[in-house]
Amino acid sequence: MVNHRLIVAAAVLAGAVTLVAPTVWAHAFLDHANPAVGSMVPTAPEAVTMWFTQELEPAFTTATVTDVSGNTVDRGPAQIDPKEPTVLRVALKKLSPGTYTVSWHALSVDTHTTTGHFTFTVGGG
Amino acid sequence: MAFLSGSLLVNPIPARAVVAAAVIFLSANSAALAHGFAGDRFFPATILTDDPFVASEMSLPTATLNPTQSDGSRELNIGSDLSMLITPNWDFTIGSDWAHIRSPGLPTVTGWTGLTTGTQYQLFINAEHEAMALAALDVTWGNTGRLAAGAPGFTTLSPTFNFGKGFGDLPDSLPWLRPFALTGNLALNFPTLAETQGVPNPNSFFYGFAIEYSIPYLQSQVKDLGIGPPFNRMIPLVEFALTTPFNRGQSRMTTGTVQPGVIWAGEYFQVGAEMIIPTNSLSGHGIGGVVQLHLYLDDLFPHSIGRPISQW
Repeated sequence: MVNHRLIVAAAVLAGAVTLVAPTVWAHAFLDHANPAVGSMVPTAPEAVTMWFTQELEPAFTTATVTDVSGNTVDRGPAQIDPKEPTVLRVALKKLSPGTYTVSWHALSVDTHTTTGHFTFTVGGG
Repeated sequence: MAFLSGSLLVNPIPARAVVAAAVIFLSANSAALAHGFAGDRFFPATILTDDPFVASEMSLPTATLNPTQSDGSRELNIGSDLSMLITPNWDFTIGSDWAHIRSPGLPTVTGWTGLTTGTQYQLFINAEHEAMALAALDVTWGNTGRLAAGAPGFTTLSPTFNFGKGFGDLPDSLPWLRPFALTGNLALNFPTLAETQGVPNPNSFFYGFAIEYSIPYLQSQVKDLGIGPPFNRMIPLVEFALTTPFNRGQSRMTTGTVQPGVIWAGEYFQVGAEMIIPTNSLSGHGIGGVVQLHLYLDDLFPHSIGRPISQW
């Protein structure tokens, strides 16, 4: 049974290390977005809203939206919601049917960066 | 930051400018500080094969119940390994296992299986193509454990090349393949003794791969399917690793395992579980299993043991 005690002891130690960590950093991952990642929406949205897993640093967090030709269609710059600093929003110009690419660069308040991009389609284009 | 604080005392620099400079400095270095990121891709720490990135991290514990061996013995291993960044691109690793071996008709044997150390250098990280690679030299030290528990009586040197490649740069016509990633290890093992008590210690080639499918990548980059917790942070994977001796009369005696499983990656730690399937009778028979708790020390202790010793 020594082996079982060793497993438990190691698990407890690992858990304790996790819990007593004095300051934690983490990366801002995209949790979900509206329009949703890879979705098709019937009408043109007025903005793209993204929810992240960490609070964002306003000065160095960006998002751009482009059409299939690479033309910018957002009314940037993207804004972090002052009441909910995990939310990033970028307003859009009036979109025609078609597929659009959202590219984001997030700097969480602990200075870790993450990047990503996704598409959504308007009006079945 | 102590340097910045000192500067503030003697220079009339606006505080916001100093904060902005600090953010720029830190963010410029974050690609190297962050564990397992290459562009949009996050590579988890795999269990069987080594990671293609340097990091401050720790596995504690890795509990492995191996398949039954050809002599009927069965081994439980409790292992831990620690990796610490020396610079943002260079780290040092150390690890050891404790073994509990039951063999038919024989007393149970327990003991440490020997000390392994290594040093790794990050060769490159390519964000656009989600690619990375490192070179390493690992050493399994002889006479650092109990021989009866499987510890070697000789030292083995293992130059290693580890790589990772995400498939996020595939064409838009292949969206469902973009969450895939491949990581791999290629290593040569050179024992420092040609034989031990008449048994040859051959040089060998180790080759291991992990094929991963990232649900987080799928949901945040390709298509949000509405998969909720805890599945939205899971990365199903299949790992396999083989060792082929190539001299001293031991060639064609390839051994290895295939390990399907899943890793759940949180923001400060990850947990993983895999089944262990031997590739042939030389590698054992039946099924084993492994579970691991893995801690991201760079996120948990950013101001102490999680940061590189030097920014050089």
